[in-house]
Amino acid sequence: MTEPRLLCGEYFMSGDDACAEGAICAGCRFFAGYPITPATEIAERMAARLPEVGGIYIQMEDELASMNAVLGASWAGRRAMTATSGPGFSLMMENLGLGIMTETPCVLVNVQRGGPSTGLPTLVAQGDMMQARWGSHGPYEIIALTPSSPQELFDLTIRAFNLAEQFRTPVLVMTDAEVGHMTERVVIPPLEDIPILQRRRPSVGPEEYLPYGTSDDLVPPMVNAGDGYRIHVTGLTHDERGYPAVDAETQQRMVRRLVDKIRNNRHQIMDVEETDLEDADVVVCTYGISARTSHWPVAQARKEGIRVGMLRLITVWPFPEEKIRGLAARVKAFVVVEVNLGQMVYEVERCAAGRASVHLAAHAGGDLHDPDEILNLIREAAGVR
Amino acid sequence: MEQPVETEMAHTEHHPLDELLRQDRLPHIWCPGCGLGTAMTCFVSALYKSCLDLDKTVVVSGIGCTGRVAGYVRLDSFHTTHGRAIPFATGLKLGNPDLKVIVFSGDGDLAGIGGNHFIHAARRNVDITVICVNNFNYGMTGGQLGPTTPLTARTSTSPRGNLEHPFNLPYLAAGSGAVYVARWTVLHVRRLEKAILQALEKKGFSFVEVISPCPTLYGRWNRLRDGLDNMRYYAEHSRIEHGADPGEVDIDLGGEIVVGKFVDIDKPVWGELAPA
Repeated sequence: MTEPRLLCGEYFMSGDDACAEGAICAGCRFFAGYPITPATEIAERMAARLPEVGGIYIQMEDELASMNAVLGASWAGRRAMTATSGPGFSLMMENLGLGIMTETPCVLVNVQRGGPSTGLPTLVAQGDMMQARWGSHGPYEIIALTPSSPQELFDLTIRAFNLAEQFRTPVLVMTDAEVGHMTERVVIPPLEDIPILQRRRPSVGPEEYLPYGTSDDLVPPMVNAGDGYRIHVTGLTHDERGYPAVDAETQQRMVRRLVDKIRNNRHQIMDVEETDLEDADVVVCTYGISARTSHWPVAQARKEGIRVGMLRLITVWPFPEEKIRGLAARVKAFVVVEVNLGQMVYEVERCAAGRASVHLAAHAGGDLHDPDEILNLIREAAGVR
Repeated sequence: MEQPVETEMAHTEHHPLDELLRQDRLPHIWCPGCGLGTAMTCFVSALYKSCLDLDKTVVVSGIGCTGRVAGYVRLDSFHTTHGRAIPFATGLKLGNPDLKVIVFSGDGDLAGIGGNHFIHAARRNVDITVICVNNFNYGMTGGQLGPTTPLTARTSTSPRGNLEHPFNLPYLAAGSGAVYVARWTVLHVRRLEKAILQALEKKGFSFVEVISPCPTLYGRWNRLRDGLDNMRYYAEHSRIEHGADPGEVDIDLGGEIVVGKFVDIDKPVWGELAPA
């Protein structure tokens, strides 16, 4: 393998390019994808860059194939990713489920655009947040990160790869057309400053190894195809040997563990940014590009004497339930800002459980919120007219 | 009452192919008279006779009766989603070129729901071997119409006879760019094993179609009687023609089955044309 030519330094770079560079820094050496606006630039950057670092780029026939090729490459020992937008994300749901069921580390980036269907190919939305949570069938937990800037898209792509390895699961980076296409300062640190979590290998040989046997942390050590362990991996409900076991008892034990390995470790995963929450009566809860739209209205409301703060979700899934519950006990209201007609707001409502009012700044997509609209909603939530 | 005398033989005799099968998963789920056991035996004996490093040999299956093969071979094996075995295999092979990757799946899986992946992997000439067991219907779900069901053949979803033109799989493979294309029935065990060996040795996208009976479903709907009758049919109705034009090897209900090696060409595999 050639020496990774890491572009260490300061750049004026788009979010999509920063995502690709973050992936390469994180050790990603396999990308399978299908062109789709506004995520295509990630594929283009990977097509140009991966051969320079000994990686593989392949353009597949569709997003079903892309997701599967990523899973296959992960089992071949590569750090692998794909990037898409709404229509492709829908196609990837099938094999996102296979990745979850077979506990295959990989990263899936969704540069969200307006939907439903073909919708607004070139224009922003945050309409896939619930699809990210529930889009594949069956009960499962998912990890999803929501960057607000090209720098954060770089940083969170790296984190996504590490979380994927740590919890042996696909990790979603839920960005959007604005962040993906915006060009800003991006600092790429020296390689030695980037934490890389290696795949955890079994300490036993093939005779004793149970591919889906776990200890306390609920994450089984993983071998690669070709390591001589001769494992069987299936999307069917399976026992600790990896063998199909199509019965209620195994389903209970196995699916419960898949959920618990993320649920029980959620505090290691969850990340939020809190601004001026100490004395807040009103909390603007938002994420991704909408957090940036919310900065001015929050600052303006403060100037007007409204005690408002901001809770920016950096990880949306697992949802920071305890954080919202804690705030709901002492604040008057939440204002949820998102570029859809109400998705994460349901989670806020669920956790607020009637103890604080919840207001939604809804926007169907195509552009961002009018900041005045958010300001007015903050005033309304604070009881100021 | 007298106790039955236990036969020690079955427990002590060691079959050379035992090492290649997951003994703790047998017996398999396939019906009496089904050709899948024979197809799998031909496959594992081809592996046994090959020079492959079996620790680096990986089997990928999709969903269906044939999809269960991955669960029985004692190799690294992946039982993926319906139709997606080929792109999964593509990721494995490209991710680690030292692996020998074989897709073993059925006609519905590979030519129906996975048809798009099949033609594109052949077009790219990804260095994998695809073995497709064609039993002319969707067996696992109870015998429905599939992409290879012959015209007029009855299935549970074509109870008055199939009105759709079926795929001729060797033609589809050849037309899409496969470098090796062969077809045999499960009656032709030695030739099938040899074809699989050749396919494994071939660099690029190699394809072997295995014609197999499904007495329980397709056979019953079409009054093809039991497994042995199907073998008799293959013996009487198959014709070996190496080098036959793949466009001329359609299979009609009650018609001839042309078998043999149809394509064996060389061209660069995926990635080989990359500048150094």
